[in-house]
Amino acid sequence: MSVEAARPPGAGRGASARASRVGLRTVALGYLALLLLAPVGMIFYRTFEHGLAPVWKAMSEPNAVHAFWLSIELVAIAVPLNTVFGIGIALLLERGRFRGRGLLGLVIDLPFAISPVVVGLALVLVYGQGGWFGKGLAEHGIGVIFSVPGMVLATAFVSLPFVARETIPVLRELGTDSEQAAATLGAGAWQTFWRVTLPAIRWGVVYGVVLTTARALGEFGAVSVVSGRIEGQTQNLPLYVQDRFENFDATGAYTAAVVLALLALATLVAMNLLSRRTRSRQAA
Amino acid sequence: MLVVLPIAALLARAGNGGEGAFWREVSSPEAQAAIRLTLAVSAVVVVVNAVFGTLIAWVLVRDEFPGKRLVNALIDLPFALPTIVAGVVLLALYGKNGPFGIDITFTRTAVAMALLFVTLPFVTRSVQPVLLELDGSAEEAAASLGAGRMTVFRRIVLPALTPAIVSGVALSFARAVGEFGSVVLISGNLPFKTEVGSVYIFGQIQNENLPAAAAVSVVLLLCALVVLAALTLFSRARSRHVR
Repeated sequence: MSVEAARPPGAGRGASARASRVGLRTVALGYLALLLLAPVGMIFYRTFEHGLAPVWKAMSEPNAVHAFWLSIELVAIAVPLNTVFGIGIALLLERGRFRGRGLLGLVIDLPFAISPVVVGLALVLVYGQGGWFGKGLAEHGIGVIFSVPGMVLATAFVSLPFVARETIPVLRELGTDSEQAAATLGAGAWQTFWRVTLPAIRWGVVYGVVLTTARALGEFGAVSVVSGRIEGQTQNLPLYVQDRFENFDATGAYTAAVVLALLALATLVAMNLLSRRTRSRQAA
Repeated sequence: MLVVLPIAALLARAGNGGEGAFWREVSSPEAQAAIRLTLAVSAVVVVVNAVFGTLIAWVLVRDEFPGKRLVNALIDLPFALPTIVAGVVLLALYGKNGPFGIDITFTRTAVAMALLFVTLPFVTRSVQPVLLELDGSAEEAAASLGAGRMTVFRRIVLPALTPAIVSGVALSFARAVGEFGSVVLISGNLPFKTEVGSVYIFGQIQNENLPAAAAVSVVLLLCALVVLAALTLFSRARSRHVR
């Protein structure tokens, strides 16, 4: 989100204005430092407190490596799914015409309002042993809960809305002119989408993808309920952090946490760069 | 399919035992304590957020200082950071052996701090665009008519910002009520003292008491949705009025 600097009205109107501005600034920055910077600094400090060697060792633990790759795998499945779905839903909501559009919008936003634990519970209720599909699935030997497919579902659920939400305003701003022009020139629906719409919305989509990825990587609550947290099998990286912590392996926990924190910071950077792009596009 | 089915199942399970069972589960003392704690702490946190979030938005929009862009980017950190990492880190900072020498593990303050962290961006990000759009002419007019800066803020700026603040508050509340990962470590999850709703639900799932879990889940969900709906309607009505 790019923020322009505006001249404060009454700027330079005397010492008291300046003093209160500095005062406000100090309070705001102090609050942020306490709440944001201290924690981030702390992770790095605690991890490398005893030097690099323990960190390296912690990173090469088989369970750690497995957790890492499982997280990557979950992201690799959930993100493309949600991207395709998100673009589809956005198109449906902005270009389609049917009753119940508002309701669909609400359903999309639902994952925001639900606690991750509740998400996990709901999935267990549907796909678990006592659940609606549970028996049917068990008969076919498909395990959902306590195994990876369940985790995929949980991850996809919580990261669902982002691409859709970021694409909708862009689609709205875009308007249908170019698409209609393409149609009059004889382009088919798919061609129009691929050549006209998609390139125009791509920064919104990419921004949504970045948000989706961050969410999917960091998901804890829903996956915790659904996976059974079995070491080396159904632990994603956040679950691994908790596991190490509960086993008093501080270095292991902090190392994994640092990895996640670094990924989060990378996400922040990407978000910032991209938001400037989407902003400038909309201004253009 | 991904979304609607599980929610339906949730509602179904909660209602499975019939009305009586639902109320029984929900009114068990531990559940009541958890729900009340969740709502109370979330409410406090949300108010703090409203104040500080607006303040931060103000400073970010109206002020200039080196590193402002960096600070602005960092606001989104709680969005990007996994909740469990936030929890671990809060524990490191404010728990035993923390650098500040304070220990708030197993306290409600800890719960509040965790919730403050994860809901930090909502109000700020909601208010910033509105603040940006605000042109200074009304404020300058008021000032030239002799209004003090507090009055200008209270009478002119604040009403314009209120819809944005309220919608940020709504999102914060919904998030705070459901928060799990950051709270589960530092609060110690002591029933009746620091156990929040989401942790209670988790415990019930572990104990295979799914109806209880489902019942409390529905309650939490309803709280979040009701607050969201009410505040959204309010903010939309307000912004129409101001416009």
